[in-house]
Amino acid sequence: MEVNDIKIKAFPAEEFKDNDTLQLYIDELKKAGGSVIVGKLDQLIDWGRSNSLWPIAFATSCCGIEFMAAASAHYDLSRFGMEVTRNSPRQADVMVVAGTIVNKMAPLLRRVYDQMAEPKYVVAMGACSISGGPFLNSYNVIQGVDRIVPVDVYIPGCPPRPESLFYGLLQLQRKVKIERFFGNKRIKRNYRPETLVHPETGETIDPQIDFDNE
Amino acid sequence: MNNRDAYDTAMNEITQLIQQIAPDAQIEAKQRLTVTVRPDQLHPVIEALYGNETLCFDYLISLVGMDWGDRLGAIYQLSSSVDLTREVIVITATADRDNPLLYSVTDLYGTAHLNEREIYALFGIRFINNPDMRRFLLNDQWKGFPFRKDYVHDPKLNPETVVSSEIIDVAPHIVERDGELIEESVAVFGEEDYIVNIGPQHPSTHGVMHFRTSLDGEIVKKIDVHSGYIHRGIEKLCESMTYPQMLHLTDRLDYLSANINRHALCMCIEKAAEIEVPERAQYIRTIMDELQRISSHLLAWATHCNDLGATTAFIYGMREREHVLDIFDKTCGGRLIINQNVVGGVMFDIYPDFQKDVKAFIPYMRRRLKEYDDFFSHNAIALGRMVHIGLLSREDAISYGVTGPAGRASGWSCDVRRYKPYALYDQVEFKEIVRTEGDSYARYLNRLDEIEESLHIIEQLIDNIPSGEVCAKVKPIIRIPAGQFFQSVETGKGEFGVFIESSGDKNPSRVKFRSPSLSAVSVIPLISQGAFLSDLIGITGSMDFVIPDIDR
Repeated sequence: MEVNDIKIKAFPAEEFKDNDTLQLYIDELKKAGGSVIVGKLDQLIDWGRSNSLWPIAFATSCCGIEFMAAASAHYDLSRFGMEVTRNSPRQADVMVVAGTIVNKMAPLLRRVYDQMAEPKYVVAMGACSISGGPFLNSYNVIQGVDRIVPVDVYIPGCPPRPESLFYGLLQLQRKVKIERFFGNKRIKRNYRPETLVHPETGETIDPQIDFDNE
Repeated sequence: MNNRDAYDTAMNEITQLIQQIAPDAQIEAKQRLTVTVRPDQLHPVIEALYGNETLCFDYLISLVGMDWGDRLGAIYQLSSSVDLTREVIVITATADRDNPLLYSVTDLYGTAHLNEREIYALFGIRFINNPDMRRFLLNDQWKGFPFRKDYVHDPKLNPETVVSSEIIDVAPHIVERDGELIEESVAVFGEEDYIVNIGPQHPSTHGVMHFRTSLDGEIVKKIDVHSGYIHRGIEKLCESMTYPQMLHLTDRLDYLSANINRHALCMCIEKAAEIEVPERAQYIRTIMDELQRISSHLLAWATHCNDLGATTAFIYGMREREHVLDIFDKTCGGRLIINQNVVGGVMFDIYPDFQKDVKAFIPYMRRRLKEYDDFFSHNAIALGRMVHIGLLSREDAISYGVTGPAGRASGWSCDVRRYKPYALYDQVEFKEIVRTEGDSYARYLNRLDEIEESLHIIEQLIDNIPSGEVCAKVKPIIRIPAGQFFQSVETGKGEFGVFIESSGDKNPSRVKFRSPSLSAVSVIPLISQGAFLSDLIGITGSMDFVIPDIDR
């Protein structure tokens, strides 16, 4: 499978600016191998999943308002099958982290993530959730949510416009489309939990905690 | 008697009053009357100012924690609910850095409670007689006081973690009995209480607010406000930045009134550095501020209706808001956070069709306001969930410093645009919308009426924009003279203020933002006591707060 074979309804493959990263993932999955029959089943499942990604908006600040704007009539997120914003993590497929995450919020972000059912995806929306953004030097800000949870797609901007959000979410759709759930050959995601330590004992927290088959 | 004389008389009166109580207080007449007192004189002095019938300093604008290196202290900005132009500053400080103690003014001002808890978390100053001295904004486990000048952040002491910490519902406090200080702790909730956590990740709290709510069946018994889930330390960050660099941080406080917040900071710097803003820039600023206010009120209206179950209204409000955002977008490329104001004027001039677009928007918005009125304002369910719900009296509004549409719904005329006009507000004619009912419905109607007033203000300005420069010539590095500067503006939520203490350097030594949302949240436990749990959501919607503005 090549990048150009991944068809999503809204946007042709050649119009995406970044196809190379996805091609890397495809090559990686190819190396892992897989049978034809299961591959066809995978495609069927991926088709269903990628067209009904239900988001949970973990909205802490400005980006949350842009998410709301994207979900309402003018921009209309429902064109992509994502309008069903779930307020319960158990019913959601993709968590959109929209806004700054601070030390006090980090455990709660992780708890919401752990409550989501597999397969689950995380979108880091906006500069703050990518790296800390304008608050990078603050004593209380987590420098990127990929320290807390694995991240699938990063959407830059402060805050990103709804169009950028769509671009990111469509990239996520394409990522879902190439996944092979049978045999658990999943795409490796960005995750760097090295800095996480237990506040009382000072021990490093196992990155595999509550997190399977990475 | 003209204004100047009246001001002098009032100031003489204050001086005499203070000298009776604290003979050794330093009284200086700077931009505003500044009184420096010893910590033990603080409470009597403020009480006298509060209780005096003619002066009536019953509104605590803001309470600023300070670290002057050798001393830790607090700055109280007092004003009067009768006349907002009347202001006095009371400063106190203690040299004890290990166990700094000051007297609380919670018994006089409701808003002092959360502010004092915030100062404890950030500066480590504890307040005697404050009934609940837990840290606000930061976790109880936090080590060190980040706003002190000698604080060095060490990730080992306060590590990032995914391990949840327990919430302890025990509040330590210090009380003074018969001249002795006694440290005690009290339980926040009763042992039998049934407690529900609303938030921090909850769609109806308008962000990451955390209400620990004890319930008696469906009735709210008590609410314990937890905040700080988005405390980014903006004020501390400002101390290491030059003045033009600070600007973008204000936009991210109350992002719905981003442009107005930034206007406040720009004006504060301009006032201090004596920079003259061109006339054209003033027009653009005022029009943009009013457009921003409309978009803020529209979102407040939309989410409030959504909280009451009217999803259609939410979609409608967002639809109209897009029209305003389109105008912003065309002017400067930003939608939500528009980065338009800079020190000395505005960054971008308006585009050629600006007037045409705004003039097309005004009648469109008026038609929509009529539509809102027809389909929601008199709806039986909406009335049932708003009328006589969440009653806030005028006294409480003043005590808690609830300004903006919510304060004016309780009969308190507190529009900064009216009392302390800035930009072009002294040249335009507009009505200050005041209602006396004090319930959710009055707050709801106030917002819709204020949209109409904003349209009226824009109408008066849009045809008269003079030609000329849009930005004064400003040096890239701005130094403002040593001193304290304060500027407040009227945002969509209420009185937003910027306080800067400068030592004459290129960056400030302390910045504090007066948050209207903090006041709105601090009054929620009071007004929703005894309400139904479902109405609590409606009440929070009607108060319209933005969490990053509270946490800063």
